[in-house]
Amino acid sequence: MLERALFAVTAGLVPASLYMIFLVAPTEGKMGVVQRIFYFHVPSAFMAFLGVAVCAVASALYLYRKDRRFDIAAHAGAELGVLFCSIVLITGPIWARPVWGVWWTGEVRLTSTLILWLIYVGYLLLRQNADDRDQAARWAAIVGIVGALDMPIIYKSVEWWRGLHPKVLKISGGGGLDPVMERTLLVCTVTMLGLFSCLFLERFRLGRLRDEVERLEADAARREARGSRSPQPAGVAP
Amino acid sequence: MSYFRIVGLVAWKDLRTEMRSREQAVSVLVFALLILVVFNFAFDFTIIDFRSLGPGILWVAFLFSGVLALNHSFRIEREQDRIEGILMAPIDRSAFYLGKVLATVLFMAAVEAVLVPLAAILFNQTLGGRLGLMFLALVLNTIGFAAVGTLFAAVTTQTRRSEVLLPVLLFPAAVPIALAAVRATSHILAGGPFVYYAHWIYLAAAYDLVFLAASVLLFDYALQD
Repeated sequence: MLERALFAVTAGLVPASLYMIFLVAPTEGKMGVVQRIFYFHVPSAFMAFLGVAVCAVASALYLYRKDRRFDIAAHAGAELGVLFCSIVLITGPIWARPVWGVWWTGEVRLTSTLILWLIYVGYLLLRQNADDRDQAARWAAIVGIVGALDMPIIYKSVEWWRGLHPKVLKISGGGGLDPVMERTLLVCTVTMLGLFSCLFLERFRLGRLRDEVERLEADAARREARGSRSPQPAGVAP
Repeated sequence: MSYFRIVGLVAWKDLRTEMRSREQAVSVLVFALLILVVFNFAFDFTIIDFRSLGPGILWVAFLFSGVLALNHSFRIEREQDRIEGILMAPIDRSAFYLGKVLATVLFMAAVEAVLVPLAAILFNQTLGGRLGLMFLALVLNTIGFAAVGTLFAAVTTQTRRSEVLLPVLLFPAAVPIALAAVRATSHILAGGPFVYYAHWIYLAAAYDLVFLAASVLLFDYALQD
């Protein structure tokens, strides 16, 4: 029910945001039309952080409570974190090329986003390479927590690393944002949040189903093993 | 038995195994040395100032050989199920973890102790009177790398494709260590005052504390069966 309602709201929000982005929001004076990618780029970055935060919190809860649901939530959070982080890393250079004249710079936000992406891709690879489900859950939880703890330190270290060449690239955010642009950004962020939630609930449901299938299969295998050991009753065809 | 005695014994066990077989220690050392030689060929140091690239080259050698040491550190525990004995022993798991970290730090420090003078010769540098600070920077950063590395190695050696997974997980997580180490080392080589790079030393120390504490809490989950 919740899922349906959320899906319906998001389905309505997507065309509304597109309308806001392309028809309502004014064209930025210096950067031109390309600045509109901002409405995809920035909300995706928020969602990437949200995914990582969900992963870290759910990981800690999983280790504490050993409840399968927290592990499924952590996995879904990491997947969405990587997905939205990929969107950030793709839209970033497309925006940077015409505006800054380069695809990539050593700027702190870019670099730390890339490292964040690498850490959580590693998280997903680890899950893929574990044989046992509960082991995978515990190990992944360790990496999820360490990755989240590491983020502020990584950010600070990259910032200091570039500190010798002060090149603050202020993204058109903060105080100077036009009110219409601000409203558009807000609508787009809510839309992305809706999309995030839909995907999250879907992955969560899928994870629960997968657990259920595994449990049924294990049950069936056990029953079969028991059946083959006990002698066949006379007169019943095998 | 006191906690720290257990830590020492675990580390001593690892180091003694290393000293007896010597195969691993020698191969890691030769590998690290080869990295220096490859870089010596790759860049023309008659044109490039060593101080701009040298610290990076040194730390590439340390971190790459560190990954080999970490992988080995838990692979030997898996051989003949030695780990079962450790898990059954009535000792704190975190003491086992800290012992492993200590052994890795000492092993990497030995590699570094050989490599730094060799690099100085290979690239025509003098360290002069800055050995104490150099030592501090090396040790602090090595501890941070070994702290996260030991936690991750405990996990990855139990997976398929463990040899690749450890660096894939560890290098992004160790970015602050790599940056702090390279910056501090290059400032020390350049002979600048301590205030120029004090923040890098503090960053490495903070990283060590955060991840030693986190790993002590998390390590139990890495080994549970």
